[in-house]
Amino acid sequence: MNSTVTEASVSFIAEVVLKRSGLILSADKGYLVESRINPVARKEGFASIEALVAAMRARPDEKLMWAVTDALTTNETFFFRDKTPFDQFRDEVLPALKGRSTLRVWCAACSTGQEPYSLAMLMEEVKGTYPGMKLDICASDISERVLEKAQAGLYSKFEVQRGLPITHLVKYFEPAEDAFRVKPALRQSIRWRPFNLLDDPRVLGRFDVVFCRNVLIYFDPPTKQKVLERIASVTAPDGFLFLGAAETVMGVTDAFKAIPAKRGLYGRDAGVRKAA
Amino acid sequence: MKTCLIVDDSRLIRRVARGILEDLQFQIREAGNGQDALEQCRAEMPDAVLLDWNMPVMNGIDFLRALRQEPGGQAPTVVFCTTECDMSHITEALSAGANEYVMKPFDGDIIEAKFSEVGLV
Repeated sequence: MNSTVTEASVSFIAEVVLKRSGLILSADKGYLVESRINPVARKEGFASIEALVAAMRARPDEKLMWAVTDALTTNETFFFRDKTPFDQFRDEVLPALKGRSTLRVWCAACSTGQEPYSLAMLMEEVKGTYPGMKLDICASDISERVLEKAQAGLYSKFEVQRGLPITHLVKYFEPAEDAFRVKPALRQSIRWRPFNLLDDPRVLGRFDVVFCRNVLIYFDPPTKQKVLERIASVTAPDGFLFLGAAETVMGVTDAFKAIPAKRGLYGRDAGVRKAA
Repeated sequence: MKTCLIVDDSRLIRRVARGILEDLQFQIREAGNGQDALEQCRAEMPDAVLLDWNMPVMNGIDFLRALRQEPGGQAPTVVFCTTECDMSHITEALSAGANEYVMKPFDGDIIEAKFSEVGLV
């Protein structure tokens, strides 16, 4: 298979991806296009990326366009990634929202599921402190491929060793061939939904806490603003937003306010965050 | 500088683990079996032990049980590092006093993540 890809094809693919996901693919990402799109081209029966692009130009096929988009989304994640947001969720957010009978959490780009499973495990660990509080997690991602993996809850030895304490592996997983599967009770406690962050999230419901980490970095400023304001529209007035450590709302939107000294944690409204 | 005793009968594994742990600023000691490791611990307790399961002379689980009976033997943080990956082995290791568990094959990211999990880095 021909492995070279022209700048024109990279630009065309970047347009396809931008239009569908908001993801910005700069011109220097030819190597990424090559490594991620070659398998798609092969699977779809094309001799090269160039042949795939030629076919997409000749006859726009949405299924093919989405296969290309899906392949270029980044799914890097692991259990309890970055640790601090989970500590903040336990130590700041849960006490602040203690009165809730149901705590509605949205993992807005859940990838292969480690983030929502981490939250579900965390809640199991502290549920004695919050009797009567039920955790309702909605986990969404643009990629149905990664959502399928998330929902299956099947992780390799490598995946369960990145961030997951061994005691949690024993408590919340069961062996499955040469891997480990999340136990059914935990798997079934999460609602999995395919969702594009460029769409209106009201179809998913309303939430007290939203995790949208390490996603905005891939969007241009107007898209960041649109996504954040849409998230705000479904977040409770006293709700919280978690962003990645390298992301911020500053200069993008006033819909969320940074919580002082709590990097990555934002409140919907500064006036109702006394407990935080 | 924290000390880590690497206990494994494979010289190659000890060499790979040494490289990873030296990068994490550990001072390294090595033992090729549980008996040798126990004698080294009696002489001076390390801060951490990276411990294989299947070894000649004395295996890892017997070493761990003996270690925890020694004066000061509760102090070292013990991270198993073994090809034994079934839940019964993991549960047995935790019951015997292991603090974390690495399933071989491992890489630097996994060792760092596990040592970080138990507060060693």
